[in-house]
Amino acid sequence: MKIKSLRYIVNQGFTSVWKNRTMSLASVASVTATLVVLGLIIILVLNINNMAKLAQVQFETIQVFLKDELPLEDISDIGKQIDDIDGVKSTMYESKEKALQNLINRWGEQGHLLEYLEENPLPNSYIIYLDSIEGAHGVVYELEKIAGIDDIKYYKEIVDVLIRIASFIRNIGLALILALIVITIFIIVNTIKITLNARRQEITIMKHVGATDWFIRCPLIIEGIVLGLIGALLSVAIVHYGYYHFYNMMLTRFTVMFSIYMISVEEMLSRILIMFTIIGAGVGALGSILAIRRYLRV
Amino acid sequence: MIEMQNVCKTYKKEVRALFNIDIKIEKGEFVFLVGPSGAGKTTFSKLVLKEENPDSGKIYFGGEDVTRLPRRKIPYLRRDIGVVFQDFRLLPNKNVYENIAFAMNIVEASAKEIRRRVPMVLAMVGLSSRAGNLPHELSGGEKQRVSIARAIVNNPSLLIADEPTGNLDPETAWEIMKVLRQVNRRGTTVLMSTHAKDIVDIMQKRVIALENGKIARDEIKGAYGYED
Repeated sequence: MKIKSLRYIVNQGFTSVWKNRTMSLASVASVTATLVVLGLIIILVLNINNMAKLAQVQFETIQVFLKDELPLEDISDIGKQIDDIDGVKSTMYESKEKALQNLINRWGEQGHLLEYLEENPLPNSYIIYLDSIEGAHGVVYELEKIAGIDDIKYYKEIVDVLIRIASFIRNIGLALILALIVITIFIIVNTIKITLNARRQEITIMKHVGATDWFIRCPLIIEGIVLGLIGALLSVAIVHYGYYHFYNMMLTRFTVMFSIYMISVEEMLSRILIMFTIIGAGVGALGSILAIRRYLRV
Repeated sequence: MIEMQNVCKTYKKEVRALFNIDIKIEKGEFVFLVGPSGAGKTTFSKLVLKEENPDSGKIYFGGEDVTRLPRRKIPYLRRDIGVVFQDFRLLPNKNVYENIAFAMNIVEASAKEIRRRVPMVLAMVGLSSRAGNLPHELSGGEKQRVSIARAIVNNPSLLIADEPTGNLDPETAWEIMKVLRQVNRRGTTVLMSTHAKDIVDIMQKRVIALENGKIARDEIKGAYGYED
């Protein structure tokens, strides 16, 4: 195909978006609407994923409580033994005083109640960071051999449940996203079909004069891509604006802590921008190709 | 130019559209295709354009077997055949110039070529002054001349005209015939299906009459042969 024809084809694609602006508007609106719904699902799925991942990191720890009144040498000796176990990334010692202080901080306004305790009931402990949660069982088995350890606490069950929930939501979300993409294609196919119906004569004439199928198809595909992209950008704007406000609301109404688990506004924007641009253009192109098939049989 | 050998084409419900057609049309001929409605005139042109395929038989165009032409090559066959319809089929949102240039864009002609050819064919059909008008601003005869200009702008070797005067008054019809005769004189084969008795009788060209899907007559310098 010659460059000049390419220019003609691209030109035709853009011109016809404007010439059929009512139908163009309908296509853009349907793409925007479905992508906004898609955006809501994506926000939900991505955030839950993110939370699960962050939570998992937090639970990738084992806490061992030491017997009371162990001498300091023994405590540091236990620390060394723990460090030597396979699958342990690092350890952190938490003295009983530190543990109490942490608890006071966590209790917040009620924290002062703890200050009246006659005796600190909390034990000394080591917090063990693992290479991965899967290695937890092996590490615990080794820990049980070490003398001076009173109790071992780890969160394998919780993490397992968390991973299960996250993957369940991810799968449901993926299914919803696929369904929505199919619906969007269906809507675009139909809008383009209506546009095509009005231009049936034009296509018939093109066929009679000897236009190749690609020569007829290309401007319509470009038209589809342009409509898809406009819809995508509009929905990105709406979803971004919406998420921005939701994020800030979470930040002000709830604690700052909560927003740590949420994906930042910037990251969300860059993710949906890429995703929607691809989906918008793809759906537009595919919609055009599917819609035009029938009309080329002349 | 066109040769049909034992061509049969039937549609559903066993109405036979064409039956055992054997015909040869030479380059440069002017041929009238006559016969009652439903006799197979339209099917005849559709077969040549490969809008339809025959059930059996062979169709040659310029020495090539059209029936065996692969789908992707159909556009190139059609570039060598101009088509004129009874209802003009102009694009309503394009002006006269653009309607003709459109046909050249499709065959990927250069801009220079388009600027040269379009005014030429417009002059040939006598519409140079109407280049900027939209189809709805034209009379029926003018519209048909635009559609002839569009059909010949790519210099086809065959022009198929499907009742080109069907929607026009007798005087205007003759204007169209003059244009078609001129196109024919420049070497293009013309195949015109028509119900216009006067035109066929006066033009004294080859007449092929189709009746019930068969060739009833094939006369050089023939007459229409039916009462209106």
